[in-house]
Amino acid sequence: MRILGYAIREQPRIFTVAVAGSLVFGLVTIASAYVVGAIVGEVAAPAVTAGRVDVSLLALGAATLFGISVVKVVGIFGRRLGAGFMQYRLQASYRRRVTRRYLDLPLSWHQRHATGTLLSNANSDVEAAWYPIAPLPFAVGTVLMLLAAMGSLFVTDWVLALVGLTIFPALFALNVVYSRRMAPRQALAQQLRAEVSAIAHESFDGALVVKTMGREAPETERFAGRAGELRDALIGVGRLRGVFDPLLETLPSLGTLAILLVGAARLSQGAITVTELVSVAFLFTVLAFPVRAIGWVLAELPRSVAGWDRLVRVLEATGEMAYGRTELDRRGGAPATLTFDRVSYAYPTGDDDRPGQPVLHDVSFTVPAGRTVALVGPTGSGKSTIASLAVRLVDPSSGTVDLDGVDVRDLAADSLAGTVALVAQVPFVFDDTVRANISLDRSGIGDEDVWAALRLAEADGFVARLPEALDTMVGERGTSLSGGQRQRLTLARALAGRPRLLVLDDATSAVDPRVEAAILAALRDPGAGSGGGSGTGTSILVVAYRRATIALADEVVYVEHGRVVARGSHQALLADVPGYASLVTAYERAEAEREREKPYESDDAAATSPTAQRSEVTP
Amino acid sequence: MSDTTAATESTWRTMRRGLALSPELRTGLGGTIALALVAMVGRAVVPVAIQQGIDRGLAAEDGPDLGVVGAVVAVTAAILAVTTLCGYLMMRRLFTVSETALAGIRTRTFRHVHDLSMLHQQSERRGSLVSRVTSDIDQVSQFLQWGGVILLINGGQVVVTAVVMSVYSWQLTLVVLAAFVPAVIVIRAFQRRLAGAYGVVRQRTGAMLAAVSETVVGAPVIRAYGVSGRIARRLDETIDQHRVAQQRAIRTSVTSFSVGEIATGLALAAVVVLGVRLGVDGSMTIGQLTAFLFLVTLFVQPVQIATEVLNEAQNAIAGWRRVLDVLDVAPDVADPGEKGRDLPAGPIDVRFADVAYAYPAGNGERGPNVLSDVTLEIPAKTRVAVVGETGGGKTTFAKLLTRLMDPTRGEVQLSGVPLTDVRFESLRRRVVMVPQDGFLFDTTVGDNVRFGRPSLTDGELSAAFTDLGLADWVDGLPAGLDTPVGERGEALSVGERQLVALARAYVADPDLLVLDEATSAVDPATEVRLQRTLEAVTRGRTTVAIAHRLSTAQAADEVIVVDKGRVVQRGPHAELLRDPGSVYALLFASWLEQTR
Repeated sequence: MRILGYAIREQPRIFTVAVAGSLVFGLVTIASAYVVGAIVGEVAAPAVTAGRVDVSLLALGAATLFGISVVKVVGIFGRRLGAGFMQYRLQASYRRRVTRRYLDLPLSWHQRHATGTLLSNANSDVEAAWYPIAPLPFAVGTVLMLLAAMGSLFVTDWVLALVGLTIFPALFALNVVYSRRMAPRQALAQQLRAEVSAIAHESFDGALVVKTMGREAPETERFAGRAGELRDALIGVGRLRGVFDPLLETLPSLGTLAILLVGAARLSQGAITVTELVSVAFLFTVLAFPVRAIGWVLAELPRSVAGWDRLVRVLEATGEMAYGRTELDRRGGAPATLTFDRVSYAYPTGDDDRPGQPVLHDVSFTVPAGRTVALVGPTGSGKSTIASLAVRLVDPSSGTVDLDGVDVRDLAADSLAGTVALVAQVPFVFDDTVRANISLDRSGIGDEDVWAALRLAEADGFVARLPEALDTMVGERGTSLSGGQRQRLTLARALAGRPRLLVLDDATSAVDPRVEAAILAALRDPGAGSGGGSGTGTSILVVAYRRATIALADEVVYVEHGRVVARGSHQALLADVPGYASLVTAYERAEAEREREKPYESDDAAATSPTAQRSEVTP
Repeated sequence: MSDTTAATESTWRTMRRGLALSPELRTGLGGTIALALVAMVGRAVVPVAIQQGIDRGLAAEDGPDLGVVGAVVAVTAAILAVTTLCGYLMMRRLFTVSETALAGIRTRTFRHVHDLSMLHQQSERRGSLVSRVTSDIDQVSQFLQWGGVILLINGGQVVVTAVVMSVYSWQLTLVVLAAFVPAVIVIRAFQRRLAGAYGVVRQRTGAMLAAVSETVVGAPVIRAYGVSGRIARRLDETIDQHRVAQQRAIRTSVTSFSVGEIATGLALAAVVVLGVRLGVDGSMTIGQLTAFLFLVTLFVQPVQIATEVLNEAQNAIAGWRRVLDVLDVAPDVADPGEKGRDLPAGPIDVRFADVAYAYPAGNGERGPNVLSDVTLEIPAKTRVAVVGETGGGKTTFAKLLTRLMDPTRGEVQLSGVPLTDVRFESLRRRVVMVPQDGFLFDTTVGDNVRFGRPSLTDGELSAAFTDLGLADWVDGLPAGLDTPVGERGEALSVGERQLVALARAYVADPDLLVLDEATSAVDPATEVRLQRTLEAVTRGRTTVAIAHRLSTAQAADEVIVVDKGRVVQRGPHAELLRDPGSVYALLFASWLEQTR
């Protein structure tokens, strides 16, 4: 009820229109019953008895009936348009608010919430929260109409009013019981729908694994199990409907019959007229339908409350990442300096007080202006987390990350985005044109700059071959791109903004090594590139495994288990740090080992006669 | 008019196709319809009671006869009790049958989607395929539970009231129909506009959801580039367009409803004028006239409600059609099932005979060959590496080898059996591929490894990780094997996901293991270590590794070099290097440059 209060406060004018419309509809409905009664009692009956028609009276009656319909239409327009517009406006407004929160809340919050949940918050939860709005004005109007109807009944005859006093509350009570019983069943069905959908999402996402391991049958069983539960829940909903719907239908009919019976008695006592009897009977018939509107509101309320609660959880989620006001001097696009000072990081848990699993401990290093630093470490050592911290996707649990000596938390959002760019390990392409994917509508990025960035990322070739070049739609509903193409596109996106610090998180793994080397060389020494670029080079932090990439770096930061184990030149680390040496020389050592083993296997190798095989292959 | 007929036809066709696919929908249909007919009678019985009560009781010659009124009321109440019960039984049957049938279709579609190769060929379409087994079927179910019943009962109500009306007075019935024919025509016209308006709403809903989804999935990029303003504008635009479309639809809907209301007023007025004249003529009693006024209201209601419900019906039919369309697509890679053969026991050898493959182009034809003229043999128990530039056809080779796709020309044989003859049950048990993207299910590390063989104990899992030399890594996880991996495995790094995927394939114990760049995101030291252990554990099996890193090729018994869709070289690493100008020698030189 509180929720409906919010709704009314937010859209008071339109709600008033809707209720007024509903009220007009209700009053005219009551009036129509009395008009029908009057026509039967005052016009038709005397006419039949007299065998003569009072034409003017008959015309008046007919005109009134038609007039009532016209007024009803006005009421219907007010009520339904008002209610609909109100519902849609509220939905749109809350969708905007929820998605705005998604944009404002920090990435750590996003990481704690499943994609599916966030999608349904903005979609079905918003819908559910405002669903009762549609029948609300009708219900409010109906309550007022019922009061008016009871009043008119008492004015007509107190005994008939007693019948109304029995039937209407009974109808109301039946509605309430129905809604109460229905709510948990509907909630269960909704819950199961979400679960069925989650299974389908996951199973289809992992289709390749399911197929290659031949697990289609068990997956189908898993799905069928939940789909069966959903079926049972829906049958439960249907059975309840089967019980109550016919009852709700029958009750007003019984009321009409009761009126007929009681009315006959009262008529023979001379307490009422035929007009009144027919009016009241008709009243019961026309009121039966609106009374059910109250039931609709009641039935939707629990779902609405659940949806609203989930919305509030998003709208009131705290911990947004506040940006500072400091603007960094771009210094003509000169490279920036990045400093990590004793940075620690723990993954957030759902509970704000409980610290999560720490993944970084006291990480300190510097990327001096214009230099390239390679971040090297074994799988799972925290390199990607360092990359995220460098561009402030997340904030450290302790310690500071500085850009040109300013804590990144003090930087204004624009300034931060204008200074640094991250190319992630898994490329993300928007459902938009190539141009929009690269420029992202950032100011000062024209087609020239887009092409320059594409050239630098060695993506100009394939983009030029796309059917509509820069205007080709890519992403979810566009042209499919290969993994390497997507990576180069996201790389171009980063370069187009002429960042003063570029963070590459193993961003070129799907790009051929030769291409990668060319890209990095061009970035380091812009003169060598084919134009574009920053003109003065950029600072680079690159997560890398390839020796060639590492060799381009001025310094290497070696991490293991979330700690910086060593820093220095590649040569120095190779000589002094066994872990580093074993990581970067892994291939050579493997080869050396094979060489040592070779003498034992060479006999076999000779026996297989490779020349014979080769001739078979070459067409 | 022709477009409506087309629409109706295709609606009927959809329903016929649907019924053919779920014959269970017809279960006890006769009984359900009979019950519905009885339930409908309940709708018209009250006006008849009023007529009888008035004419025989209240207007009896010698004053109101309470006995007759009482009898009429008692009989009517008894009839109402029966019709109410029939209504309950009818709905009960209907829901049980329809929900059971829909659950069946849901599951069948789910399985069918898995059998199609769309899922891995066009990953972009996953989202829409999910809605085939969720919202599309939900729409049908919701319609049947709510609108379907209304449509059924109301349709009957129109017929029953029309019959009762014509019994009372055919002249008045004609008048009512005359008032309604234009209304029905107008409403039908609106109906078409309404269908269009709701079509726009659906389309805008899709656009809005896509924008929201991008906001959620692309959160890191949006944040990193500070482009939330741009995204917010786009969101606002789609949200607003959706709202405007909804408002346009409801305006049309209300207008159409109003036409029905006006027609009611017109009919009532006409009935009164003509009815009174008929009463004066003596051809109609006052009770009949009263009953007629009640009946007109009962006759109109369903027509009005039907306009509302028909929208839902159109949505439901559209959803049903989309589901049937998916079910109609024959799996392009079909399981030979009973007719098929099992792979012979023992190590597996591979034979490609003049194999070519081209991806289907949109127009039903095939695009250019991505792989052609591949003829080769891989002896059992050998370790083969497939190398070549990105886009050269390596992954296509792996997909043909594991029968994720069938070649457009030529044949692939495993141990002498054509791949198309091998039963899937046997194929998937003996041949396992580890894809590059190590997809993990949202459960623990242990359960993910167990995916292929659910019966494995924790002890066996630990042993498997030890075999692979990954025991240290598992011990380093917060909760060991019980560590949750998050949605799609996102709580682990990309390299770690690959480790789990590899362990998953290893415990499946295949005779032919196909690795498609399965360790591309793992650090070199771990990769080399894995390679050594894989060599040990895959001894006695055939292994085909698609490799980006040439260290794999160095360690393989044989290297197959794929370039621009053709196998250009083949032989042991050292042999291939002898020709310094060969594709492989150049690739290797570049590799050395990268790693030294």
